Amino acid sequence: MTRDARGRFSRDFYILLIPTLMWVICFFVVPSGLMLATSFAQRGTHGGIVWHWTLGNYAALGQPLYGKILLNSLFIAACTTVACLILGYPLAYYLARVRSRWRNVLLLLLVVPFWTNFLVRTYAWKFILRTDGLLDRVFTALHLPAPDLLYQHVQFSVFLGLVYGYLAFMVLPLYASLEKQDPALLEAAHDLGASPLASFRHVTLPLSLPGVIAGSILVFIPSLGAYITPDLFGGGKYLMVGNLIGQQFGASLNWPFGSALSYVLMTLVLLGAVGYFRMMGTEEI
Amino acid sequence: MPTRSSALRSVFRINALFIYFFLYAPILVLLIFSFNDSRYTVSWQGFSLRWYGALFQNSILWERCLNSLIIGLVATLIATVLGTSAALLLERHRFPGRGAYMAAVYLPIIMPDIILAISLSLFYGLVHLPRGFATIIIGHVVLTLPFVTIVVRARLRGFDRQLEEAAADLGANEWATFRRVTLPLIAPGILGGALLAFTLSLDDFVLTFFTKGVGVDTLPVLIYSMQRKFGVTPEVNAISSLLLLNSTLFVLLSLRLQKHR
Repeated sequence: MTRDARGRFSRDFYILLIPTLMWVICFFVVPSGLMLATSFAQRGTHGGIVWHWTLGNYAALGQPLYGKILLNSLFIAACTTVACLILGYPLAYYLARVRSRWRNVLLLLLVVPFWTNFLVRTYAWKFILRTDGLLDRVFTALHLPAPDLLYQHVQFSVFLGLVYGYLAFMVLPLYASLEKQDPALLEAAHDLGASPLASFRHVTLPLSLPGVIAGSILVFIPSLGAYITPDLFGGGKYLMVGNLIGQQFGASLNWPFGSALSYVLMTLVLLGAVGYFRMMGTEEI
Repeated sequence: MPTRSSALRSVFRINALFIYFFLYAPILVLLIFSFNDSRYTVSWQGFSLRWYGALFQNSILWERCLNSLIIGLVATLIATVLGTSAALLLERHRFPGRGAYMAAVYLPIIMPDIILAISLSLFYGLVHLPRGFATIIIGHVVLTLPFVTIVVRARLRGFDRQLEEAAADLGANEWATFRRVTLPLIAPGILGGALLAFTLSLDDFVLTFFTKGVGVDTLPVLIYSMQRKFGVTPEVNAISSLLLLNSTLFVLLSLRLQKHR
């Protein structure tokens, strides 16, 4: 029990609390705090940090080049989310209605790739999409012009890679919200003369809305913060906001600007997370 | 309208088929072409194990494997102990600041890897921590700890508190109750969480890349630099296939342990 008769916390409470709390404070809270401080500092001439406070790192986002990368990342993340919704909703609907023996197998098949190496799965796409890769060969064999997606259409390739990478995050919450719907509701709608389309629009869809929102947030967040997919597909030349951040800590050596960018990204992510927990409740995790 | 609904049903089925094809085709292609007897990887020149043979003789690869294993094992051990304490704390205790504590433990899950990576990298730079195994392991623990917590909490929720009360009534002290009753009951959850942590650690690229020192590389970092330097090659296909197979096995095992009640 948490407290003894005198209202003090018990010994085992502290044993459970302290080591994890210390770890998280040292290696998550403090680094995040330092990054926040750095985002208001200035860059030294040779790349270090000079602790003169400024808002300039945030103001730099107004520069057309950086603003464009941020907006473009938001655009790609939005497209990814919409595509996942369009593909994922019918799949979740199907999974919620398919016979239960199949359902478990299909769910497992959906989940397993998402726990396996993301870098490798993205690399696999590179093998297919690159110039004279498998896709180009298939097109050539069909006497069609080779699309050369990876080089001619990096942005589209990245979008494809992200849909592939995060589709399950859309399907699972959708499935959860569709699966728990009472079929009697649809029967009732049918008995009252509703067409299948009408009962979908007025019964199924509104009831699955929390799943739609939760899934969209779960796809949008990692798509916006993507690093591996644009890096691998663009060979380091195509930048989403995650890559721009990485660059500040690599070649550009501008830690304060990189920190400011991170905070902008983090704020967007946190807004999404708050929305998610509003929708799903915190005790669900 | 039976015809219309059955037409609709086949649309759903085709969509499902298409998605599963989309999910698995790249993996299968990678696997198949890792057995291709050709340097020019796109045309099929017959079945061969030569790329796997080449891997086994590659000493750099073995060294990177060993690094990945050491990092994975140490990080898993720490993450499992800390993640299990967090789970027990959150399931068993109400205390002021619980929400903030939960946020700090769980946030790394939704943080984009790149932010986690560079905040640690910045921190190491500012406190002058020399980069090496330790700096990578610390990052992997931050990343994997919340996953252990989630899995163990789910397990804790599914068990009967009366068993612990019975042990206490029979005179067992807190520690004995924990060791003899609680721990064996949640062991599958802990093991499932640990396996998940190990897989995530073995697979991680972004955190490792930004927190590693010169010379300490892991397997994913090797794959990354190989594909950067040489592009798509059969050797990279072969290591990638092995890594994929490995994480698939671990994940299946972990899911199995989590389901077992």
